[in-house]
Amino acid sequence: MNFTNFGRYILLLKSVFRRPEKLKIYLKEIAKQMDYVGVGSLGLIAIISTFIGAVMTLQIAFQLVSDFIPKTIIGSVNRDSSILELSPTISAIVLAGKIGSAISSEIGSMRVTEQIDALEIMGINAPGYLILPKIISGITMVPMLVIISMFLSISGGYIGGSISGAVTPAEYIQGITTDFNPYTITVALVKAFVFGFIITSVPAYEGFYVRGGALEVSQASTRAVVISCISILACDYIVTQLLL
Amino acid sequence: MIEIKDIYKSFSGNDVLQGISGKFEEGVTNLIIGGSGSGKTTLLKCMVGLHQPDSGSVLYDGRDFTPMSYEQRIEVRKEIGMLFQGSALFDSMTVEENIMFPLNMFTDQTRKEKLERVDFCLERVNLAGKNKLFPAELSGGMKKRVGIARAISMNPKYLFCDEPNSGLDPKTSIVIDELIQEITEEYKTTTIVVTHDMNSVMGIGDYILFLHEGKKFWEGSNKEIAHTDIKELNDFVFASRFMKAAKDKF
Repeated sequence: MNFTNFGRYILLLKSVFRRPEKLKIYLKEIAKQMDYVGVGSLGLIAIISTFIGAVMTLQIAFQLVSDFIPKTIIGSVNRDSSILELSPTISAIVLAGKIGSAISSEIGSMRVTEQIDALEIMGINAPGYLILPKIISGITMVPMLVIISMFLSISGGYIGGSISGAVTPAEYIQGITTDFNPYTITVALVKAFVFGFIITSVPAYEGFYVRGGALEVSQASTRAVVISCISILACDYIVTQLLL
Repeated sequence: MIEIKDIYKSFSGNDVLQGISGKFEEGVTNLIIGGSGSGKTTLLKCMVGLHQPDSGSVLYDGRDFTPMSYEQRIEVRKEIGMLFQGSALFDSMTVEENIMFPLNMFTDQTRKEKLERVDFCLERVNLAGKNKLFPAELSGGMKKRVGIARAISMNPKYLFCDEPNSGLDPKTSIVIDELIQEITEEYKTTTIVVTHDMNSVMGIGDYILFLHEGKKFWEGSNKEIAHTDIKELNDFVFASRFMKAAKDKF
């Protein structure tokens, strides 16, 4: 059964990447989706990232109580954790909930109200028109959101550490600037790219093949979020294993 | 003209269509009728390519649609207009954008030309000036009329209507029926209407194909339908008290 779904998912992706009927209309749709995925999620990502960074600082400080460990380590652990894992993965899971459920519901509703059939009858490649702009917005905007998330998470750590007194601003700054390996950014962006693809394509698949009515649309939406989250975590492990 | 030859279709071992054949001429209103579950919507979907028949062929003016590649089908589909049971208007677009959508996708007309076409189509379905409304702001009858306007925006050669009267009051149903008939005669389209509305059958059924349990039971015109001795057809046509009472007058 799962192999059947995977096969259908691959076939759907094949249809998605067919040549667009009119590039201008697709570009307009891509811009709309980028606004929704990127700008529309900015506030949520900003709040989550800042608080996660602040909490991370406090927890690292709590766990590393030793005279042998310099406090600057709090900054470097926070930096690497934020860049490598927290910003890409937590952002992706939050976005899977926000964007994934919206994509699945939107496409699912269009399916049950015959709007997708209407597109196909007109001679329009429905998977391409509906899903391609969402995937492009996902693979471009999620990495951008992750970059912002990294910055805010590290900044949140600075704020949290300063307010609580767990680490001084000077120690924290020294920590985040010591032994920085830029390759971690590359790893994070590869993850963000993969997650952006999953967040948009999996819910689109779930919505596209909905049969029934409102109940089935909501079930597909839930399934889309669950499968997206599991896929994100599985791919997180695979990418980390391959790149580190 | 659209011709269907020996169409078979089954779902999970359930034979929905069993060797349906028929010819639908242009410029006349062709009806596919039958009870619920008789296979009429499945037949329509096989004809437009939303379902692939297990066997048989669908010929659009001699062009066999069933074995066509995706790209070849696109060319035929540009000549098809379809009105869906639930209208299938795009919720996020205004009436104007809905009608303009196929024009945007497949023509190189200027915005002015497209707007003129939208106004013409809306006027044709008696909805002039409703350009900026969203589907959620329209009544059921208005949605159907916008659906027709969208279907005719590309000057289709073939017009398909799936249960155009479902959910409409009798007066609005007649308006929709008359509109479909007028458009068919005016633009010489090959029009196929799937319905189980007996008012439509008696009102606009130039050619009627009756399906029962996935098989073709009868074909003819609305003038002939009252004078058949096929039990399944009579049971269907004269099921309502009104039709039973009216039968003697035919």
